[in-house]
Amino acid sequence: MNTASPSNQSPTVADTFLKGIWKENPVFVMVLGMCPTLAVTNSATNAFTMGIATTFVLVGSSTLISLLRKFIPKQVRIATYIVIIATFVTMVDYAIQAVSLQLYLALGAFIQLIVVNCIILGRAEAFASKNSVFQSILDALGMGIGFTVALLCLGTVRELLGTGSLMGMRVFGDAFEPWGLMVLPPGGFFVLAGWLLLFSWWKRRSTTEAATAGVAMQRTGSHEI
Amino acid sequence: MSETNNNALQPKSASTWQMLVALGGISLISGVLIVLAYETTLPRILMNRQRAIEEAVFRVLPGSTSRATYAIEGNAVRLLQDATHTGPKIYAGYDDTGALMGIAIEAAGQGYQDVIRVLYGYAPATECSTGFTVIESKETPGLGDKIGLDPRFLANFQGLELRLDESQRSLKNAIVAVKQNSKSNPWEIDGISGATVSSKAVARIVNDSAQEILPIIRQHLRQIETQQ
Amino acid sequence: MKSDSLAYIFLNACLINNFVLSSFLGICPFLGVSGKLETASRMGLAVTFVMLITSGCASAINAALAYLGMEYLRLICYIVVIACAVQLVEMIIKKFSPALFRAMGIYLPLITTNCAILGLALFQTAKQYDFIQGIAYALGAGAGFSLALVIMAGLREQLNLADVPDVAKGTALSLIIAGILSLAFMGFAGLGG
Repeated sequence: MNTASPSNQSPTVADTFLKGIWKENPVFVMVLGMCPTLAVTNSATNAFTMGIATTFVLVGSSTLISLLRKFIPKQVRIATYIVIIATFVTMVDYAIQAVSLQLYLALGAFIQLIVVNCIILGRAEAFASKNSVFQSILDALGMGIGFTVALLCLGTVRELLGTGSLMGMRVFGDAFEPWGLMVLPPGGFFVLAGWLLLFSWWKRRSTTEAATAGVAMQRTGSHEI
Repeated sequence: MSETNNNALQPKSASTWQMLVALGGISLISGVLIVLAYETTLPRILMNRQRAIEEAVFRVLPGSTSRATYAIEGNAVRLLQDATHTGPKIYAGYDDTGALMGIAIEAAGQGYQDVIRVLYGYAPATECSTGFTVIESKETPGLGDKIGLDPRFLANFQGLELRLDESQRSLKNAIVAVKQNSKSNPWEIDGISGATVSSKAVARIVNDSAQEILPIIRQHLRQIETQQ
Repeated sequence: MKSDSLAYIFLNACLINNFVLSSFLGICPFLGVSGKLETASRMGLAVTFVMLITSGCASAINAALAYLGMEYLRLICYIVVIACAVQLVEMIIKKFSPALFRAMGIYLPLITTNCAILGLALFQTAKQYDFIQGIAYALGAGAGFSLALVIMAGLREQLNLADVPDVAKGTALSLIIAGILSLAFMGFAGLGG
């Protein structure tokens, strides 16, 4: 499980919210929840839906767990967390079916697999079980938005390159030959690797001097495509 | 989950009673939430499913405006009232006057990557197919998925011959896929070059299904025509 | 080969639609425990074992819920039963076969939140497999998972000796290798046709 918990005693409201989006981004920094990240990002629409669904489960379960944190005995906490998370996932599952059957079929079993997304149990254990309801909601929202943004990063690149369209609308003209591989499983691995390389290069550039960064940039470029 | 093992080491342990109350309480909340979500979304979900089926049925049976669903049970067909039946099904489409336009048949079989599920229309009057649509497939984007997108391939199913032989027990001519642009008989499917396996799979799926279902449909045509 | 024959179900889960490389299930252990060949093979063994149990449990739960008409409780039942089954298996193995427990003991609790396990139960339900087909599917999925893990571990052991740019070390490199492996596994498509 993740080790991320607020290091200082009284983090500001903005910090609690923003850390999930940037500093502790669940996908790019903590490398959690890889399965949905790779599986449902073959189009931007799917990625967005998955992100919203996960955010809802994250916020719902964090709120409930934070509310009940004083009543849940330590021994049975994991069991109760899992039951609470599964409850919210079941609700999302039905909600998506009610909104659009097409979307539901595209996402398949991955909606229900949100239950075992380590991000959610991780936030429940590391944050919601120790903090007030307000802070837990902020933290969950931040993490959820961070996850959604990460999914969209992958989804847009894969859909754009793989089909030449975005959210189902054509972007490139007829001359564009779709790079079909990108919407297939290997494309998921390659695009995520590309983003991770980009981020680690970014981090290094801000910490080390420009000379090393120049070499790294060339390497990054050659791996990303 | 590894934490559960360390629980015995926790200094302040709750009583068994407390644990039971907590677990029971959580289960109660969960139960209420799930049932609430289920009850509120159920009508929409059923409507969506209904609409999805209807859209596909009307696409493969042009001209029809209403439908009836039949379950195939052994050698008989039975009119279904609800959509929850899970066995093999056929959908009969009727026009405004209630005349039978055709029958949409669901079929599935092995494709290139995974199982392909399709729906095709059958017109008993002309003994031809009237349309075809892919319900579910994981065929390669850009190649195999043309079976559901390529207009030239889909045109195959406008008037594909599905005639039964004299015994009324099997097709007179089995459906086969041929190389692109070499279709010469009305029971052949003009394949897609670059997606040979997928187009052959479609031919096999439609053929297997037609050989099995069409004789049953012919036997019970009167029943279906009168919507019983 | 018929699409519902046992041999095809096994091949499909193991190679054609490999759980890790084409369905993206169990990516976390795939990236996490594939550093050494020995740990990878033990993890594979433990996952296969739990998958077999899960598949049986899932068939039983489906039958019970269908009988009661309470399909909306399926997900909760799956996750609770899987968690309990894993704990139970762990205790039984510890009691009766300490050697086996040492081989895969520490991996067992980790498996509960492995999405490959819940994924197996959900996919099996979606494909409407019966009990025997479910077992074949679980065996194939376990074999496929172990295969992917072992290949990956073998490659990563070699890569330790290679000179890789610093930025690419770690997860990014593993993902690139996984992508290439996934490409290779795409070649298995059409195996059953």
